[in-house]
Amino acid sequence: MELFIIFFSAAVVNNFVLTYFLGICPFIGVSNKISSAFSMGLATTFVMTITAIVTWLIYHLILVEFHLEFLEYVSFILVIASLVQFVEMFIKKISQPLYRALGIFLPLITTNCAILGLALFIVLKDYSFIEGIFYGVGAGAGFTLAITIMAGIREELDIADVPKPFQGAPITLIIAGILALAFMGFSGMISG
Amino acid sequence: MSSKPSLSNEFVKGLWENNPIFKQVLGTCPTLAVTVSAINGIAMALATTFVLVFSSLIVSLVRKLIPTQVRIASYILIIATFVTIVDLVMKAQFPELSKSLGPYIPLIVVNCIILGRQEAFASKNSPFRSVIDALGMGSGFLLALFVLGSLREIFGSGTILGLQVMPNFYEPWLIMILPAGAFLTLGLLMGLSNFYVTHKKKIEKENIIQEYLKIKAT
Repeated sequence: MELFIIFFSAAVVNNFVLTYFLGICPFIGVSNKISSAFSMGLATTFVMTITAIVTWLIYHLILVEFHLEFLEYVSFILVIASLVQFVEMFIKKISQPLYRALGIFLPLITTNCAILGLALFIVLKDYSFIEGIFYGVGAGAGFTLAITIMAGIREELDIADVPKPFQGAPITLIIAGILALAFMGFSGMISG
Repeated sequence: MSSKPSLSNEFVKGLWENNPIFKQVLGTCPTLAVTVSAINGIAMALATTFVLVFSSLIVSLVRKLIPTQVRIASYILIIATFVTIVDLVMKAQFPELSKSLGPYIPLIVVNCIILGRQEAFASKNSPFRSVIDALGMGSGFLLALFVLGSLREIFGSGTILGLQVMPNFYEPWLIMILPAGAFLTLGLLMGLSNFYVTHKKKIEKENIIQEYLKIKAT
């Protein structure tokens, strides 16, 4: 039950994009089409899950063990960057269709602050290994949900008459604001 | 000499023409997250500027030693080192500020403004020039965060930098300090700045046409 609460809280109540503002770059950049937005969400969820596992192990088995906590940021970002590279090579080797679906988005994920944010939050909230995995999957699901909804709205927006200065990033931000308002309806369902 | 813009130009372009937030739309995560109040915005911008200036300095000093294949990884390592310094200093000197900024200080590592400047500028220019450029970009970031933070603080809590500016009967708009307010304010500000720029260009164009017509008439 507690694991489900962690998952649900990360996915909906404390959505990474709409309440923590993590991963705004791909949220604005890759939300033009539903299909690509969904693939981006899946790729991010995939990397988030692996990141949650690997950074938890590194933090608790290496950094804490040898009192090297001050190396947290340096080691996390290095691990995430090389992990993404590794995952990309691995997928390319084992499954061509999967690579074609996720491939182009993987390099973009390195610079996605949601990934580093996830690693930092897991340390900050002092989650156990299993809780960390659920948190990672939940955060990924939340990201997928937000970016897919956004892409759906933006596809409709193509036929709307947006004032010229507001086209592009500004209107996307305003829509995100309205989405964040909608997601506020979930707040208070679960504390923390 | 003609190919390189003057030093003052390198500084000023970051303020408005190439403002990292309004024009390049980089580094939006920290911008939206920490601008609940003006003071948070300033602290965040100063921390980012510190990291930006020193990483630019180091990157441009070692730019000829780094092989191109591993340059991004090297830049990120340099940036992460300075972020760790900032984080530890803030935890020791300003524990309250550090707590309210929370995980967004370590997230400076992945702020695209910093990596973007290393890749686009510091890796190609002399250390002095890179530092000036970093200072300009940092000031532009500071400007944007200060404007956004003040607006949200004025409307959301009726204060600015903790001083009350709104009359007592003013009912604060709670939405401004919630996440939704951040998106809405930044979206509107960007729209306004776009509007201002296109409007100015239109006037300039009209002026040129008028002058041309005048010359033709004489």
